[in-house]
Amino acid sequence: MLQYDTLLSDQVKQMKPSGIRKFFDLAATTEGVISLGVGEPDFQTPWTVRRAAIDSLERKRMIYTANSGMAELRQEISRYTKRKYQISYQPDDEILVTVGGSEAIDLAIRAVVNPGDEVLIVEPSFVCYKPIVELMHGVAIPISTKLENRFKLTAQELREHITDRTKMLILPYPNNPTGGIMTREDLEAIAEVLRDTNILVLTDEIYSELTYGRKHVSIASIDGMWERTIYVSGFSKAFAMTGWRLGYICAPKPLAEQMLKIHQYAIMSAPTLSQHAAIVALRECDHEVQKMVDEYNMRRRMLVDGFNRIGLNCFDPEGAFYIFPCIRSTDMTSEVFCETLLQEEKVAVVPGNAFGESGEGFVRVSYAYSLKHLQEALRCIERFVKRHKGTTA
Amino acid sequence: MREQLIALLQKNARLSNAELAVMLGTTEAETDAEIQKLEAEGVIKGYAAIVNEELANDDMVTAIIELRVTPQRDCGYEEIAHTIMQYDEVEGIALMAGAYDLSVTVKGKNVKEVSIFVSQRLAPLAGVLSTATYFVLKKYKEKSIVIEGEEADERGFYCP
Repeated sequence: MLQYDTLLSDQVKQMKPSGIRKFFDLAATTEGVISLGVGEPDFQTPWTVRRAAIDSLERKRMIYTANSGMAELRQEISRYTKRKYQISYQPDDEILVTVGGSEAIDLAIRAVVNPGDEVLIVEPSFVCYKPIVELMHGVAIPISTKLENRFKLTAQELREHITDRTKMLILPYPNNPTGGIMTREDLEAIAEVLRDTNILVLTDEIYSELTYGRKHVSIASIDGMWERTIYVSGFSKAFAMTGWRLGYICAPKPLAEQMLKIHQYAIMSAPTLSQHAAIVALRECDHEVQKMVDEYNMRRRMLVDGFNRIGLNCFDPEGAFYIFPCIRSTDMTSEVFCETLLQEEKVAVVPGNAFGESGEGFVRVSYAYSLKHLQEALRCIERFVKRHKGTTA
Repeated sequence: MREQLIALLQKNARLSNAELAVMLGTTEAETDAEIQKLEAEGVIKGYAAIVNEELANDDMVTAIIELRVTPQRDCGYEEIAHTIMQYDEVEGIALMAGAYDLSVTVKGKNVKEVSIFVSQRLAPLAGVLSTATYFVLKKYKEKSIVIEGEEADERGFYCP
């Protein structure tokens, strides 16, 4: 009998399973759930994109592409980031096509973190940063953002966490789970702190297309930031292409060429079919994306209004497709709230603490659902809150 | 606001003015005023339910009839279209570009009733050159709303 325990990497054994996982497993086994839990669009991938994939299946050979991705796609990514966010990357040696934004994040962290390096992680945020930092024997330092700042990172919070060993700041805006964004002024303040340091920025801008009322600004476009920024984005959220598994990473050449080494050994190249389709997404889908954004925006307003009305206060989140209402008025913890809501009303929302300690007292509600579905869920939550206000008051 | 308001109402005309206002980021009073304006200007012509006729126990048959007609001097297709739309059986009529001129949607109790309508009412009209009648067997989608074959939400709780 093999002693698996002695055979496994200590680092991997210490890795905690994702906090959302536990709750998701519970939700997945509950019958007839009205879910507000998922983190992927309810829209179909635009037809022109799917059509392009079908065409390429018919006409093209499905062979490896260049390790860094098809030249034509990198060219389009370069044009896209320039036209949308005024950031300029050379297709030849500063852009790398990855298997989703997830691989891009993995590459960025693995390429720069040495044992003992401190990586600042803005929280609440997506769950993958910390485990990868720790896999590299780095030290993950959470920076808790606050409701009163609309979950933005402030210059002061950043300054307080910087030490001699700080290697990188992970900046995830528009933010999952809070829906918070960073405006140009907010980013200027962060840039001011970083400008004369050796600290890198990993900016995860996977939700950048989904902002409401104002255009997204990338930290890479702020003076003095481009050279220290690793820019991660992808097709999943903007173009409703989660299952196509395609993302990209843009960074100055000395960083990109090191990340390419990991990518070529671990992945070889991103899926060829998806790359063909992605070219069309970047070229032809502005209108489809705008339609999705308009639709998300109406749902967002409806939900924010609804949650505030039933007494679960919610700031106005300007990005992604989540709202992040505060549930403290029910006297429950995030986990108790979510589990009880699931048991009693069969509605699934995600406990905020799954995204970091500072998410405690909040829940993540996704509006990647039809209006009808959202309204039904809201009615259930209203009933639930009324019932529990009665017992705890 | 106007464009988005119309789009919302086209999807669901039963949303209350309060609900519409929230989604559009405006006030209930403004929404109300805009809807009244749209109605007064004739932009919004009515509000109708989209029904799955099979489930509604509606045994009526629907046919789409392609008409080729001779346009008349001065008024083109207007007069004949107006004549045809007077019939109660006619649910819709549109002028088309292409191989025929008018597309007429007709509802009747059964195939026979529709056939009689076509042969005795439409075909003999002055100016009608030919008719081609197609019966609707099943509706899958109407006004962007899926009538049958709605896809279940397959998204699972997969995200890490």
